[in-house]
Amino acid sequence: MAHVSMSVNGKKVSGQVEDRTLLVNFIRETRNLTGTHVGCDTSQCGACVVHVNGKAVKSCTLLAVQADGADVVTIEGLANGANLHPVQAAFREHHGLQCGFCTPGMIMSAVDMINRYGPGNLDEKTIRHELEGNICRCTGYQNIVKAIKAASDEMAGMQQAAE
Amino acid sequence: MGVEGIGARARRKEDKRFITGKGKYTDDMTVPGMGYAAFVRSPHAHAKIVSIDASAALDMPGVDAVLTGEQLVGDGIGNLICGWMIHSKDGSPMNMGAWRALEPEIVRHVGQAVAVVVADTAAQAKDAAEAVMVEYEELDAVIDPVAALEEGAPQLHPEAPNNLIYDWEIGHEAAANAAFDSAAHVTTMEIHNNRLAPNPMEPRAALAVYDTAEEHYTLYTTSQNPHVARLVLSAFYNVAPEHKLRVIAPDVGGGFGSKIYIYPEEMVCLWASKRVGRPVKWVCDRTEAFLTDAHGRDHRSVAEMALDADHNITGLRVKTVANLGAYMSLFSSSVPTYLYATLLSGQYNIPAIHANVKAVYTNTVPVDAYRGAGRPEATYLLERMMETAAREIGMDPAEFRRKNFIRSFPHQTPVIMCYDAGDYDTTLDAAMKAIDYAGFPARKAEAASRGKLRGIGFSCYIEACGIAPSAAVGSLGAGVGLWESAEVRVNPVGTIEVLTGSHSHGQGHETTFAQLISERFGLDMDAVSIVHGDTDKVQFGMGTYGSRSGAVGMSAIVKALDKVEAKAKKIAAHLMEAAEGDIQIEGGELKVAGTDKKLSFTEVALAAYTAHNLPEGMEPGLKEGAFYDPTNFTFPAGTYICEVEVDPETGKTEIIDFVAADDFGKIINPMIVEGQVHGGLTQGIGQALLENATYDDSGQLITASYMDYCMPRADDLPAQFQLSTHETLCPGNPLGMKGCGEAGAIGSPPAVINAITDAIENNALDMPATPEKVWQLCRAQMKMAAE
Repeated sequence: MAHVSMSVNGKKVSGQVEDRTLLVNFIRETRNLTGTHVGCDTSQCGACVVHVNGKAVKSCTLLAVQADGADVVTIEGLANGANLHPVQAAFREHHGLQCGFCTPGMIMSAVDMINRYGPGNLDEKTIRHELEGNICRCTGYQNIVKAIKAASDEMAGMQQAAE
Repeated sequence: MGVEGIGARARRKEDKRFITGKGKYTDDMTVPGMGYAAFVRSPHAHAKIVSIDASAALDMPGVDAVLTGEQLVGDGIGNLICGWMIHSKDGSPMNMGAWRALEPEIVRHVGQAVAVVVADTAAQAKDAAEAVMVEYEELDAVIDPVAALEEGAPQLHPEAPNNLIYDWEIGHEAAANAAFDSAAHVTTMEIHNNRLAPNPMEPRAALAVYDTAEEHYTLYTTSQNPHVARLVLSAFYNVAPEHKLRVIAPDVGGGFGSKIYIYPEEMVCLWASKRVGRPVKWVCDRTEAFLTDAHGRDHRSVAEMALDADHNITGLRVKTVANLGAYMSLFSSSVPTYLYATLLSGQYNIPAIHANVKAVYTNTVPVDAYRGAGRPEATYLLERMMETAAREIGMDPAEFRRKNFIRSFPHQTPVIMCYDAGDYDTTLDAAMKAIDYAGFPARKAEAASRGKLRGIGFSCYIEACGIAPSAAVGSLGAGVGLWESAEVRVNPVGTIEVLTGSHSHGQGHETTFAQLISERFGLDMDAVSIVHGDTDKVQFGMGTYGSRSGAVGMSAIVKALDKVEAKAKKIAAHLMEAAEGDIQIEGGELKVAGTDKKLSFTEVALAAYTAHNLPEGMEPGLKEGAFYDPTNFTFPAGTYICEVEVDPETGKTEIIDFVAADDFGKIINPMIVEGQVHGGLTQGIGQALLENATYDDSGQLITASYMDYCMPRADDLPAQFQLSTHETLCPGNPLGMKGCGEAGAIGSPPAVINAITDAIENNALDMPATPEKVWQLCRAQMKMAAE
């Protein structure tokens, strides 16, 4: 057993875990944050994507102890109170989800993608390439791609307005 | 949200919980004191179980129990069954082998469960499952369905000699033979339909809770049809009496057919929850899903098409061997028969058809309905035949199809179905225009200048949805009726709850169903809730599959709404002292036509519940239920055209353009319909280009993870699908709906393969068209050209 302590969605959390406990299990079981899902166990599908120290990470492939001291953000921590993150809002607006199971991971990957390229700098081809690590079986991706592009462009507009 | 009626692109009511991580799937449910199950599974495709030694496992930390098939059978738990009786052509009933939820004697596919461990944590359960020592005596296995029928093949079930489940036929053999005797041209093809793993993103899961005081069970599970699950678990599997079993299917992360069935694991969790005396949870991992979720397709067919000198189709003969795997899954028998061969007439006038289907046991995972179920197999076979015949007779593939289109309705085919309405020219025209068919030769030449092979392929599909009139399917062998139920509860404050027997696992029922009510009464969408997926809340219903929730599920809601409206009008007329016929409902108000007298919907609802002043003899309340049994199947149809470029140096296919022109009848929410088509097309393209559930000769599934089984990623698809819809109303249901959930998966595979074979000028291609296969054919073609 090991003691871990980390920040999850801005709250300091700690607990005793088995050495082999995966970050996703720690988040889901210890913190009851069940928005992060397990879809494949082999790091292919991306349903488990969270942000660790600002970077998108597949939480099914990281031990909880490896995230000791880290700053973790899950889908539940993305909205600012009642205000949805622009990526969340765009997924709804553009019908970028159906069953919703892959959606949290998709959204966390999309936010990371926009952060890395900078708002407004994503085109359709780049988004499709960047989604390599996220599988959706329902939507055929077209509306996911549209939603990410729209959110990226909207965030660029917000950035401009703020400057 | 405001009032959103039929035809509005209403944003989905259910989305907020999914985009904020607040969806509630089965694995998100916890109850105090629950333990976790892990299954001990066979590593062999076919073996006798010599012994099971659980002693080491029982000594491991946290372990409550190790249960085996012997105990399961001893407790009187019934065998899993197939609920659709098919008779062979000689009149004998199908040969169904025994399927136990935990096998005590002979395992028949890799991954079959032989024991279950219940422990305090999931990790402890999995550790202990590995410590259960099972001694096997290996038997020869057979994987290939054609080989399984051969003399001397390993035998799976004593009930099914020669591994033959049934030898079934449809149509008129003599009439078909006569067409071939007088044919001017005959096209013959051997056509395989590849085996697929459905792969909804949420793996199956179950949480079973037994209440010792009430002797009552609750099962949270990943089901498309919780009432059917409850019925089967009680009536056939004897796990719990029906009135003592509550099945809850909360948010379900996709199904595509694979979550229709009641699997061994869910059954075992229920049984174990009582036996072990604690709630039991099980969550499938992805490899277990590949090894145990019912697979789809896996047909081997030989097809022949007869044409007269004028290029009219005069006959079709088909012989199909369908692999049903090691056991007969719940609806498996109906897929290669009544869901397949009844669609072999396609969109065409074919006067004589005969089809023979042999269903076969092999040492593989059971095969059952997967998105489209039988109809993709029929469409793939027929549309490859159409394209091939057109090439052989030197006719444009579009014109060959057009020449043979059915144009007069109703149309009785030689294979049971009676098409009620359709307009196949319109969808063909629309698709050809959208893809600029006339401009194709120029695009092909341009591609050739870059060293690329460009091809174009058609698929004119038809499907039978809205399954189906209960008496009709009953006469064909179905063990259940296929109606749907609804209850509309108007609350005293005028808000509405609709309880539906349909189940949404991505289809957006909470939105489309609410649109129906919003339009009908002029109420805000936020004033309507859709309730589904809980047998304690909702009246018996049949669930969601076969694109039936619009055509059948919403029709039941319409029937209930009719009754609510009639009663509300009676109350309003009474209160306003007007004639009932003068009451109109508009914008959330009940008005007396031609006057300024009106009552809000809320006032009328409240009056129904206060019951202070109701018409003489009227019961209080405003709540109505209805059951709707369809009068016919519905027949969505359309044309898909795919344009590809093949790189002959690598064999890689790129889909340049994909056009879908569909006729789904009345559409409630175009945004949701487009989403369904996108998803269906993608699964069909996955089948055509990428996916193949592959067993080696010993019966090991060598594609049992996402590292080995290739599903479409975002960059495997064209930038945009070009969609259009064209409406001929279905005359059989009140809204004129046909269904849209499966069309994409049904229509797209032949369009893709026809395009590739057009590009490479070699027709010897089976799905999936992997770069390796396509490259080999390109080489063969170049070699032939050189010789």
